[in-house]
Amino acid sequence: MKNTLQQQKTNSASLIKTEVATAVAINKDYREKYGFKDRIANSTDIGAGINKTTIKKISALKSEDEWMLNKRIQAYHVFENKPMPSWGADLNGIKFDKIHYFVKATQNRARSWDEVPRVIKTTFDKLGIPQAERKFLAGVATQYESEVVYHNLLEKWNKLGIIFSDTDSAYKLYPEIFHQYFGKAIPATDNKFAALNTAVWSGGSFIYVPKGVKVDIPLQAYFRINAQNMGQFERTLIIADEGSQIEYIEGCTAPVYTTDSLHSAVVEIFIKKNARVRYTTLQNWSTNVYNLVTKRALVYENGIMEWVDCNLGSKVTMKYPSVYLLQPGAHGEVLSIALAGKGQHLDAGAKAIHAAPNTSSLIQSKSICKDGGRTSYRGMLKILNGAKGSKSKISCDALILDNKSRTDTYPTNIVNEQNVSLGHEASVSKVNQEQLFYLMSRGLTEAEAASLIVSGFIEPIVKELPMEYAMEMNALIQMTMAGSVG
Amino acid sequence: MLKIKNLHASINNKKILNGINLTLKPGEIHVLMGPNGSGKSSLAKILAGHQDFDVSLGTITLDGKNLLEAAPDIRSEMGLFLAFQYPLEVPGVNLRNFLRLAYNTKQPELKKLPVFAFKNLMREKAKLLELDETLLERNLNEGMSGGEKKKCEILQLAVLEPHYAILDETDSGLDLDALKTVFSALKKLMKTGKRMGILVITHYQRIFEYIKPDKVHIMLKGSIVDSGDYKIVKKLLKSGYKHYT
Repeated sequence: MKNTLQQQKTNSASLIKTEVATAVAINKDYREKYGFKDRIANSTDIGAGINKTTIKKISALKSEDEWMLNKRIQAYHVFENKPMPSWGADLNGIKFDKIHYFVKATQNRARSWDEVPRVIKTTFDKLGIPQAERKFLAGVATQYESEVVYHNLLEKWNKLGIIFSDTDSAYKLYPEIFHQYFGKAIPATDNKFAALNTAVWSGGSFIYVPKGVKVDIPLQAYFRINAQNMGQFERTLIIADEGSQIEYIEGCTAPVYTTDSLHSAVVEIFIKKNARVRYTTLQNWSTNVYNLVTKRALVYENGIMEWVDCNLGSKVTMKYPSVYLLQPGAHGEVLSIALAGKGQHLDAGAKAIHAAPNTSSLIQSKSICKDGGRTSYRGMLKILNGAKGSKSKISCDALILDNKSRTDTYPTNIVNEQNVSLGHEASVSKVNQEQLFYLMSRGLTEAEAASLIVSGFIEPIVKELPMEYAMEMNALIQMTMAGSVG
Repeated sequence: MLKIKNLHASINNKKILNGINLTLKPGEIHVLMGPNGSGKSSLAKILAGHQDFDVSLGTITLDGKNLLEAAPDIRSEMGLFLAFQYPLEVPGVNLRNFLRLAYNTKQPELKKLPVFAFKNLMREKAKLLELDETLLERNLNEGMSGGEKKKCEILQLAVLEPHYAILDETDSGLDLDALKTVFSALKKLMKTGKRMGILVITHYQRIFEYIKPDKVHIMLKGSIVDSGDYKIVKKLLKSGYKHYT
């Protein structure tokens, strides 16, 4: 199985290469056809702050129908009435009235390369990020050049009946799908930030995979990153019909520079009978961003959901990808990495709800804190009455690199069924001086030794990433470690 | 020449070495014996640069260069290698990737080996040690048996080709066949290339069935109480350490 996956990854890499080589001038009308550009006329900023009028303006600017407008308004009321969550990271720095909830991103928004902080530029250098990509990631360019490659892939997927587009366009084209699924996994009432997202959402990805269709190349937001995807309040909806299989990747290892201080996305995934979805995230927002994201998958009979969630950036992250195992045989996995440096608090974890017999879940979390950074693992496991024969395995490991840093674990296990199996392991360790000495005695510098130990620590999860991401990840670890030791 | 001169050392204010003198020349094999707690392993760690020990007096030089001031990685670069008594497990770190990194840091730019060439080098050395090739794909000591770990130390030694090697109880944990393989491999390594000097630390006399040392040292309570040629071994076999107390 592992070999097949590895094979798939290699195949996809070579396929993408072929696509690049054969990429020819594409029809201009692709844009209109697939909606990868913002369709709203002119760049617009409705100003800072949020109220009913601004929400109506957003909806009007998107020429939405009443159904969505009502959803937004209802959600806004929920947002207003819900208190700030006080159980997690410190969110006092969020000033809701200072935030611009809708900025139509076009070239107007681009900043100049000179404004990009030096530390970000250095990271691009060390990671070997191509020039064109750097400008995009730093918000200097709003378009990423691999679009040509992307469109060729898109045509292929399109022939299979897959719908993959930005969420705004998808809503216009397939409102009936939205009526059925939008907000069904994560209703606005779920939490304050899900409500906020529902009220002001823009962009994000929409994916529908028809019955029995399996795609061996990851669908990547990477290829089509434009301002819509990278938005503050993106909304992603994925529906994998019976027996289908896809992998989706969002984000990238390189730091993403933004001056927006709040990123609050919602990702809803529906996995039908025998379907399988893997959703991989590489989050490296610049360290001024509050990253408060709600992600949830509903998994039906014998379906499989895998979240692979890597958090490197942001000032504060609160994110607990969830699996709701609703029918017999459903399986969910949440694999996560968090690396918190100076001034960062990454509060991440997972949630698994076993609501049917013979469901299984695997939660594996690896966190690293350094230079005064803070990581928290927060997990919730529920096995409901009747979910006989369910199995769950949870392991969370934290690595602390110095005495200034901090890590905490907040696990909650609620089991209302007798006949189940539950394993829970947690460990906290410091970088072991004896390991350092051992590696150094072979000729490695202290920084090399430490970064090797850290890479090894997260290896069980990194090996699940596509090869190019795994390599970038290791390069990034080396870089961070070189700066923090000695 | 690895030269230890009047070495006094302590750990947590507890004196553990009381004026050690020992000189290991290129191409020589020395055996350092002594009961548990006599300070053998402490000496090994001090040689490799472990930070927990305080050296209050004395010098260690390697081919004339001061070793005591150097960090562990610099000592490795100078040509010293310690095969650990208890090799550490480093989870998730692939043995081959790690060893290639260690190997390449010691090579001039043009001699650094790419992945494939290094794989071949490792295979060749593994053959010498009659190592199962699957071991090469494993993570560094992770989940290895005691014997595998010890063999893995010698594999590292064989790849890194130090000038001076200290084997801290490499023999314990190895069965007799493995012991034979390891020491015959070491002899081959001593003949090729660098004329490696080896200090074998042990408390098993069975070691003398596999090697004929140039010198044997007996250590008791932080001091070397007897040094000499193979004749010492006969004395030891006859009456043990009691003779020295």
